Amino acid sequence: MKQLMLGNEAVARGLYEAGCSFVSSYPGTPSTEITEAAAKYAEIYAEWAPNEKVAMEAAFGACLAGKRSFCGMKHVGLNVAADPLFTISYTGVNAGMVIAVADDAGMHSSQNEQDSRHYAMAAKMPMLEPADSAEAVAFTKLAYTLSEQFDTPVLLKMCTRISHSQSIVEPAPRVEASKPYEKNPQKYIMMPGNAKRRHPVVEERTAALVAYAENAEINRLEEGSDHCMGIITSSTAYQYVKEVCGDTYPILKLGMIWPMPEQKIRDFAASVEKLVVVEELDGFIEAHCKNLGLACVGKDKFSCIDELMPLQVAAQLAEPWQTGAVLEEQIPMRPPVMCAGCPHRGLFYTLKKNKVTAFGDIGCYTLGAVAPLAALDTTICMGASVSGLHGFVKAQEGEEPQKAVAVIGDSTFMHSGITGLVNVAYNNSNATVIIVDNSITGMTGHQQNPTTGMNLKGDPAAKIDLETLCKAVGINRVRVVDPYDLAQCDTVLKEELAAQEPSVIISRRPCALLKYVKHEKPLQADPNKCIGCKACMRIGCPAISIVDGKAKVDDTLCVGCGVCSQMCKFDALKAGKEA
Amino acid sequence: METKNIMIVGVGGQGSLLASKLLGQLLIGQGYDIKVSEVHGMSQRGGSVVTYVRYGDKVYSPVIDKGQADFIVSFELLEAARWTEYLKPGGKIITSTQQINPMPVIIGAAAYPENLVEKMQAAGVDVDAIDALTLAEQAGSAKTVNIVLMGRLSKYFDVTEEVWMQCIEKGVPAKFLEMNKKAFMLGANA
Repeated sequence: MKQLMLGNEAVARGLYEAGCSFVSSYPGTPSTEITEAAAKYAEIYAEWAPNEKVAMEAAFGACLAGKRSFCGMKHVGLNVAADPLFTISYTGVNAGMVIAVADDAGMHSSQNEQDSRHYAMAAKMPMLEPADSAEAVAFTKLAYTLSEQFDTPVLLKMCTRISHSQSIVEPAPRVEASKPYEKNPQKYIMMPGNAKRRHPVVEERTAALVAYAENAEINRLEEGSDHCMGIITSSTAYQYVKEVCGDTYPILKLGMIWPMPEQKIRDFAASVEKLVVVEELDGFIEAHCKNLGLACVGKDKFSCIDELMPLQVAAQLAEPWQTGAVLEEQIPMRPPVMCAGCPHRGLFYTLKKNKVTAFGDIGCYTLGAVAPLAALDTTICMGASVSGLHGFVKAQEGEEPQKAVAVIGDSTFMHSGITGLVNVAYNNSNATVIIVDNSITGMTGHQQNPTTGMNLKGDPAAKIDLETLCKAVGINRVRVVDPYDLAQCDTVLKEELAAQEPSVIISRRPCALLKYVKHEKPLQADPNKCIGCKACMRIGCPAISIVDGKAKVDDTLCVGCGVCSQMCKFDALKAGKEA
Repeated sequence: METKNIMIVGVGGQGSLLASKLLGQLLIGQGYDIKVSEVHGMSQRGGSVVTYVRYGDKVYSPVIDKGQADFIVSFELLEAARWTEYLKPGGKIITSTQQINPMPVIIGAAAYPENLVEKMQAAGVDVDAIDALTLAEQAGSAKTVNIVLMGRLSKYFDVTEEVWMQCIEKGVPAKFLEMNKKAFMLGANA
């Protein structure tokens, strides 16, 4: 029966139908729901690994064991997993292995908008690119066939608009797949002697894949009535071209984005007056065409910056497009904010008050950079807060001491903060590392991690004890604070900044959105006591506003955390009356 | 049939995902090709959020661009104004009159524009504004704003009330069913 399915759920459906039985991933928008959906199939073992490198290596181990395996990640996650990626391209697989990578053009929830297609070329690994949910199922299944036929892991490239769009899928039954493990050191031990013999195998494989690409059904030619131009495209860009141009121009839709066919593209170019490449982000297909010596229109017309949208395609292809009414009105921006009751708020207020330099990291707490808290100095990538702080502090040793801290979440600390902390201890920098432990992976929508005591399936799991871990790597000063207690946060921060050795402060309170968290009654502002000083506004809580010169609490948002009442010198913000 | 476009806009956390799920169920039941597109992640933390629902004989783009929306259903007034440019000439905006101050307004860096419904109408936009929050509270919970607005949208759809109710039954837990049905009717008849 036809079902409406999210692109990510469709990938999981493809995993199920293809007989995949092992999934290991690290959450990251827009890839997260693939693994969450896979975990709902009883036939699939699915786990959250501490990071993408671990996930990919685990999936590789599972494929060696003869089980079809999978790992999924966002584009920047593939940077973390790049090390195994390049070498498992050499070893190839036993049972099939598929790696999904989801790009985020437009940076809806990311720190850069890298184009992951370059990885396929660099790692010499085939990459398929679905354009809707039905293709996400079909291409996932095909990826396993190709993986086993050509003895290579296969990349499945998703993007925000494919991952987070629902379209129609017709589910099919699962077909089990499994094979025995056979020892093969020449293939699987990548020491120089063996790797030298594997590299030519990889090159031959790519040549064979180019031959496959020439006739592959997923590289589809669609006839058009007007040959004044022909368009090569893929993924969302294909959908936008069809939306704008319909069946007017011939289209070569590439479902396999690496390696690309050569003769097929030459023949297509020869059949049209002008070759146009429409693709999101970089000119990847365009570069391939130009390498073949074919003139084409590409990134000179379609920007490599931001998401491609239908209107841009229409404008550049000179197709008509009606626009809507424009309001002559300044509409204030509505940026994302820390939720009411967010435990990060009190901590960031304390950092701002103490005028510290703060190395930030990746998670909800990146919102600590936004006004009025504006308490962060850097955000680069997962784990960079701890290692960056070490360099910042170490480079200034012997000078006027810097008040500087790192701020990293529990899940991000597990992902890649630990190695930075080892460096802090081992090379002895006077760093103060703050772990904001909200007992969940927050930004991606509440995934479990090694510090939460639960696994992906919701079953009890080993729980890493952060205090013990920090002490074990050589940090002697480990403090725990409640971020709802501003005075305690302030005292402990001052003490640890003053200490002449590395230290860790664990700012611990569960995410206010977690279902098990019990909230206090909403606070009320007493208009007789409030003098309108706006001290409570300095914490940037979305539940408080100033109405007619006095503080007002929105009782549909307020969870009674009480941070604002600690800001108030006039006792105006107090627990509301019994409901 | 030419592809129809509906945008559901609001503030992250207001429950637009359930509204789009309901619409998706309804439209797939009518035999259409359909795409529903939304963005997850950071913007859901109180930011401006948008869901695109497209249906017809064959739907290509998962997103709706400027000048294309037949309907914009907005959970919040400022968001209706923000996305007005996406409305097709002759299209309709259904908006709740609820106002939620964004952070630039809360901290005094910007002002919440006044008389937005009138300004949209002055720009030639067909606006159907209702106090969906009050209606939702009458139904039993502020969380049913999404269903109140779907009820309102149903007025402009050639689909029977019975079919809508069947979709609500599939989409919401049994213990909240009566409340949601009530919310739907309040929206439809407001």
